[in-house]
Amino acid sequence: METLADLLISGFLITAGIFGIVGSYGLIKLNDPMSRLHAPTKATTLGVGGVLLASMLHAIAFEGHLSLHELMITLFLFLTAPITAHFIAKVHIHQRESKDSLPEPCGDSSWATHDLPEDSDQ
Amino acid sequence: MIAAATTFAFVCFAAAILMNLWKVITAGNVADRILALDTMFINAIALMILYGMSQGTEIFFEAAMIIAMLGFVSTVAYARFILRGNIIE
Repeated sequence: METLADLLISGFLITAGIFGIVGSYGLIKLNDPMSRLHAPTKATTLGVGGVLLASMLHAIAFEGHLSLHELMITLFLFLTAPITAHFIAKVHIHQRESKDSLPEPCGDSSWATHDLPEDSDQ
Repeated sequence: MIAAATTFAFVCFAAAILMNLWKVITAGNVADRILALDTMFINAIALMILYGMSQGTEIFFEAAMIIAMLGFVSTVAYARFILRGNIIE
């Protein structure tokens, strides 16, 4: 039992470390801004997720109690990661793309990011 | 075995934070810089949980939770400031 927990925890930790370093290396290495947005998502889901799973297993196997703090952090990160990525993509569209370089939006006259704020005259 | 794996994960996430710092310094535009800072927050959370696990205390989970919230709020605030010119309209 102890050996199995040892193996599982070590496996999760090593996987997490590899994914964390690959995510940040991709952030440096990839050329296109939208590809760069894709790389660190691996660090978020598998990197931090692996560390949290290892921590939960460690608490169960060696400290003898169930620890649920980790689930809360995982839930929070999984909820907020898409929102952050969406905002960063919007910043990219706002700064680097024009109306001509984007495809025609379906059923609308322009991309919402390029619209002027409605309350700009106040 | 766990000690060796923990050391490996520490080294990986520390190197990841250094790479993010390099990206923050050399990034070409603001979107990349926000993305690198956000990834730095993520890696800092992982480092903090690893440290708490290796020390056998639970106090670092609260700190990691606060860091996660701060990272989310600051990224959204920065992006929103660039998109709209102010944060709360």
